[in-house]
Amino acid sequence: MAAKSKHVVDFAKIKSTMSDPYKKPVQVIDETGKIVNQELFDQFSDDELVTLMEKMVWERALHEQTMNFSRQGRLGFYAPTFGEEASEMGIAHAMKKQDYLFPAYRDLPQLIQHGATVKEGYLWSKGHYQAYDYVRRGVRAFIPQIIIGAQYVQSAGAALGIKKNGEKDTIAYTFTGDGGTSQGDFYEGINFASSFQAPEVFFVQNNGWAISVPRKTQTAAETLAQKGVASGVPGVQVDGMDILATYLVAKEARDFAVAGNGPVLVETLTYRFGAHSSAGDDPSRYRTKEEEKPWFDRDPLIRLRKVLTDKKLWDQDKEDKLVAQYKDEFKEAMKDAEAAPKQKVSDFLKHTFEVPTPDVAADIKKFEAKESK
Amino acid sequence: MAKMTYIKAITNGLDQVLQDDPKTLIFGEDVGKNGGVFRTTEGLQDKYGEDRVFDTPLAESGILGMSIGLALTGWRPIPEIQFMGFTMEAVDSIGGQMSRNRFRFSGDVTMPITIRTPFGGGTHTAELHGDSLENLFIGIPGLRVVTPANPYDAKGMVISAVENNDPVLFMENLKLYRSMKDEVPDGHYTVPLDKANVVREGSDITVVAYSAEVNEALKVADKLEKENISVEVIDLRSLSPIDDATIFASIDKTHKVVIAQEAQAMAGAGAKVASDIAENDIMSLDAPIGRVSAPDSIFPFAMAENYWLPNADDIEAKVREILNY
Repeated sequence: MAAKSKHVVDFAKIKSTMSDPYKKPVQVIDETGKIVNQELFDQFSDDELVTLMEKMVWERALHEQTMNFSRQGRLGFYAPTFGEEASEMGIAHAMKKQDYLFPAYRDLPQLIQHGATVKEGYLWSKGHYQAYDYVRRGVRAFIPQIIIGAQYVQSAGAALGIKKNGEKDTIAYTFTGDGGTSQGDFYEGINFASSFQAPEVFFVQNNGWAISVPRKTQTAAETLAQKGVASGVPGVQVDGMDILATYLVAKEARDFAVAGNGPVLVETLTYRFGAHSSAGDDPSRYRTKEEEKPWFDRDPLIRLRKVLTDKKLWDQDKEDKLVAQYKDEFKEAMKDAEAAPKQKVSDFLKHTFEVPTPDVAADIKKFEAKESK
Repeated sequence: MAKMTYIKAITNGLDQVLQDDPKTLIFGEDVGKNGGVFRTTEGLQDKYGEDRVFDTPLAESGILGMSIGLALTGWRPIPEIQFMGFTMEAVDSIGGQMSRNRFRFSGDVTMPITIRTPFGGGTHTAELHGDSLENLFIGIPGLRVVTPANPYDAKGMVISAVENNDPVLFMENLKLYRSMKDEVPDGHYTVPLDKANVVREGSDITVVAYSAEVNEALKVADKLEKENISVEVIDLRSLSPIDDATIFASIDKTHKVVIAQEAQAMAGAGAKVASDIAENDIMSLDAPIGRVSAPDSIFPFAMAENYWLPNADDIEAKVREILNY
């Protein structure tokens, strides 16, 4: 008889070590602006560094101006992006026009970078059909998804479609948050894309909070990146407050996917500086100033601003001018959005079926008569 | 022209659309090598290859969510949900997503997706295999819900469904798969998705039915003919939309109507038919609207199906009641 071992299987050891490979977030510059990985930093030209900074300044200005409009009662649902600029712009910068984007509702900045206009973003918030005019212009992006996780299964289908179409250098990419990783559709999406080895990059922007529910309630797994392993998808964590690291990881993930290696899962570690949405959420109900403070210190703009200032590529005057210029553009966009035509119920009815059903046809007549008055 | 079962007629129709349009794709659980658990897609993977006809991981929301992404990239998906009860796992993909895209994008994005799914009682299956769940889906704007009741319609309607540019929920009746044969033409033909069909002309009373209940209604018509009672039978074929014109034309002639369905009575196709008649053609009737449907309980345990499902006897009793009103 074999010697009696302590365990048949050492579950405690498996549990305590299973997250280890995923707990090494990629970082290029730390929160003090120190370059912690010179080799990766040297991959960026000065121009590229400035471009990335400009994109973050653009997103921060977009957030500030949008919150102003929201306080003035000029917008509908809006999910603030304050604090997530490095994660969102780092990824957006790595993607190409021909890629298919499946955004969620906090991803308007990436959608705009992909080809939608700020006006369309505002119309989406206000609730107007012209929000989706970008599709008419050939922008390969779907709607900012409201049903958490639905974008994952849909983008997996688009990735398979890309593969079947034989399109080179093209992927589908999608976003969810830490809460989204709890959805069945999250797993079904990454698993389908993996089963078909489809070109896709799945992004999880882990901003710590799903409205009031903290990241630790979503799962006992120590990282969200490791959620890929069950479906054969390589996962990685990246410092989502470091745009250089986020960009490099997103680009490498994209390169891996277009080379026919199947999907990748990227978890960006970021923080929702503000409320869940502009509609009455109050973070002081569920989190403390003590928790927020270290994250505010990790503000993605602070660290890159310091690096660029040290290299004499950036100064406050330049940033102030840019912010003023961007905000003027956003005000123009809002004016355009507010000039959008009144919507017609008859149009909604006409876009219910290609060939209206008898009930729909009767309603079209009824509403056209009403609308012509 | 050949005599074909209902299931073979569907296979034949799928073969036709795979041949006609290189962008059509059939996928789902077991549809590839195995040809489907009922063999509806038998031989299609061999004929058209694994790129066109393929198995997926076992996840209904994934299957229908994936259909949306495939449609968005130019494909014409024909996903199978193995049993209609399993559509519960994918309700968001149907009602929250694919049916809304024409509306969202003002017609610029269309979802030419045909969801095939078997349903229907009487075959003593496990739970959530036989349920008639059309009541859940016919209230979704932008989604067509259709169900053929014979082999000829099955082929013609599956071709129409695939060629339609809107999402179609195509319900295939399990009990009919192999229980009836019909002459089915070779090659391409279509049967409209939004037209009811007068399957038997009559002058005393109209029975409006769909799917397996059409056959039950025809049995009643045969029986009552011997008593010189003339029953007109209408097969709805489409549950969303409802073809009121055909129904109204019939009751304008017969002045009496019984609506029969296998699903529970609450908020279903029969309720919609009754409401349309009540709202728009009530003065044609000289008796109340009669309804035959399953009891409003959960679909029963398999051993109880035979006395839970509405059948010809139930229809006959209701027809006599309305005739004698």
